[in-house]
Amino acid sequence: MEALGPLSDNGLVRLLDADGTRVADPDWEPYAEHLTPEALRLAWRLMTLTRAFDAEATSLQRQGELGLWVSCLGQEAAQIGSGTAIREPDYVFPSYREHGVALTRSVDLPQMLTLFRGLEHGSWDPAQHSFHLYTLVIGAHTLHATGYAIAMDRDGLVASGNPDKDGAVVCYFGDGATSQGDVNESFVFAAVNNAPIVFFIQNNQFAISEPTTRQSRVTLAQRADGFGIPRVRVDGNDVIAVHAVTQWALRHARAGQGPVLIEAFTYRMAAHTTSDDATRYRTRADEEKWRQRDPIARLETYLDAIGELTQEYRDSVAAEAKALGKRTRETVKSWERPPMLEMFDHIYAEPHAQVEAERAWFDRYQQSFIDEGSHA
Amino acid sequence: MTDTNHGAPEAPVRESAVKTMTMAGAINAGLRAAMERDPKVLLLGEDIGQLGGVFRVTDGLHKDFGGDRVIDTPLAESGIVGTSIGMAMRGYRPVVEIQFDGFIFPAFNQITTQLAKMHYRSHGRIQLPVVIRVPFAGDIGAIEHHSESIEALFAHTAGLRICSPATPQDAFDMIQQSIFAPDPVLFLEPKARYWDKGDVDTDAVRTRLDDAAATADIGRARVARPGTDVTLVAYGPTVRTALQVADVAAGEGTSVEVIDLRSISPLDIPTVVRSAKRTGRVVVVHEAPTAHGVGAEIAARVGEEAFFHLKAPVMRVGGFHMPYPPSKFEHEFLPNLDRVLDAVDRLMAH
Ligand SMILES: Cc1ncc(C[n+]2csc(CCOP(=O)(O)OP(=O)(O)O)c2C)c(N)n1
Ligand SMILES: [Mg+2]
Repeated sequence: MEALGPLSDNGLVRLLDADGTRVADPDWEPYAEHLTPEALRLAWRLMTLTRAFDAEATSLQRQGELGLWVSCLGQEAAQIGSGTAIREPDYVFPSYREHGVALTRSVDLPQMLTLFRGLEHGSWDPAQHSFHLYTLVIGAHTLHATGYAIAMDRDGLVASGNPDKDGAVVCYFGDGATSQGDVNESFVFAAVNNAPIVFFIQNNQFAISEPTTRQSRVTLAQRADGFGIPRVRVDGNDVIAVHAVTQWALRHARAGQGPVLIEAFTYRMAAHTTSDDATRYRTRADEEKWRQRDPIARLETYLDAIGELTQEYRDSVAAEAKALGKRTRETVKSWERPPMLEMFDHIYAEPHAQVEAERAWFDRYQQSFIDEGSHA
Repeated sequence: MTDTNHGAPEAPVRESAVKTMTMAGAINAGLRAAMERDPKVLLLGEDIGQLGGVFRVTDGLHKDFGGDRVIDTPLAESGIVGTSIGMAMRGYRPVVEIQFDGFIFPAFNQITTQLAKMHYRSHGRIQLPVVIRVPFAGDIGAIEHHSESIEALFAHTAGLRICSPATPQDAFDMIQQSIFAPDPVLFLEPKARYWDKGDVDTDAVRTRLDDAAATADIGRARVARPGTDVTLVAYGPTVRTALQVADVAAGEGTSVEVIDLRSISPLDIPTVVRSAKRTGRVVVVHEAPTAHGVGAEIAARVGEEAFFHLKAPVMRVGGFHMPYPPSKFEHEFLPNLDRVLDAVDRLMAH
């Protein structure tokens, strides 16, 4: 590990040690004060459910029920810690791995799999969840997020005088994405517009096979300096610290003080996707080292130590996780492909001559097979 | 494979030079040969090093040529193409891999306003022999942005050459010829055909790598199967479909000629027109949406040059005017066997 680069421990905010011991940090404590044992149990539960869902989706892909799965294994603390700091009227722009954040936004997780089964490109109503569709083109959504934030500000949702009514945007992306022009342009636009946006980077140390050192010589948080954007680097496997820094960043943005950048340093414990083979570019030893820093185990150790995780609670969460897995399986297997003609829907808001002509042709074409069949 | 029209001097094919390869393997071998031939050939892209690319097309090259020649770049397509232009100005021959068709667009500006125009703007003083390799087109059951047919968007830009191999032999030859040709080349690899196998003569191309020969060869179509009743014009992924159609049609008494365009810019119109004049019936088959597409250009050119020989209007079978649909719909979106046969039948009714 280099002393200061993007894979270093340089400047990480931490409130829960790797071994599950609570760390005192007067700077950040105020933003974690409200985390009662009950709130922490909720975080543990959401992380556990995310992981159970993720495992089920991985297994469904292996069985051929999904075309692809993008696992968030190992990033649960980064996602649940930040997701639980978000509330109405905040708005979230995820990339494509934020299943844990989706859960905090009440997206029905099994429903999300229509995307990965090849049934539709967008699986939920973004407005209903204040959670935009996944964006697969790396970094493109960071500009949408910035524009959305600028518009929220114009609409009086920021620094309104009533902090409970103020909102901001949270935009998630990866370490690799920080190299894209769009992402750097979004920093520029956010900065000059003083946009209410929190850029949340999950530095999971890899962009597919490339370690973050191929993207940057400095920590990703340091990128913000040149844009004049305040930043913080946090231990992404420490759910308490992630929650605290996100809480701080959101208060800052909602209060009209402009953009903030968070770099959550974590680890992608699974391969990039189910199509990837991580053994080609990283060692088992590295993977094992990070397994020892499992974010869920860390919180569990802490809750155990303070006597706040009863067997009864564990059992109930285990049962809930199992039921989620079962429902995921059953839901996915119950899906039928919609009628082919539906692929012509929603291309435009109003009829378009080319589309209508092709739809009509395709309808006749399909019909010709049915007619042929009925003659036989 | 012996059916490429290289027009190369008849050289006796040495037995040892013919190997069975997949298309991905043939491109890999072609890249290796080009790198061995010229130290100025560099590979650049995302995950092309240790991983060998997401399709493993560069497998083993990082190990054998090192990170200075097989370069894992930052995740930024505009950066990859833009810096390749700068390196090409100093005599390097950058071969860029764009990971998937749908991710070329951050580089659209660099490709269309810079790469394609530099030669013209500099009165020919600056040559940019940059090759942009793109796994393109669909039929692999992928999620969004991984199945796009992007050729028409680039074919409209003068200054770029665009080609697409349909066989391992062409893949092996054409990647090298694209690298050594002096103009920028968009090299479209039909990803659904990466694992198709064929025999590859690894010797023949060696005498065809100078500027003129390489350029001529990557601009030439080939008759993939001769026939007399209908001409199917295809390229990249649809060549295999067209050949299957020809097989089925033969069983029904229709003789189909299949033309593998190989080049999209320039189009080898004389080869298409020659065939059109003989058969009088032409269908163009591509995965890209037909509206405003390559097939429209071919139909117009055939109309202009073979009008009085045509027995029926030129038809197109391709994608619809829509975003590439979710993968469960792609079989019907694509010009599949049934849809092409349907077009052949309708032409034969004339
Ligand atoms: C513009 C663009 N280029 C390339 C890709 C292919 N691709 C998909 S994910 C990925 C790596 C992304 O890494 P990172 O931003 O760190 O996010 P992570 O996957 O680690 O969550 C790449 C190169 C893409 N989706 N979009
Ligand atoms: Mg990453």
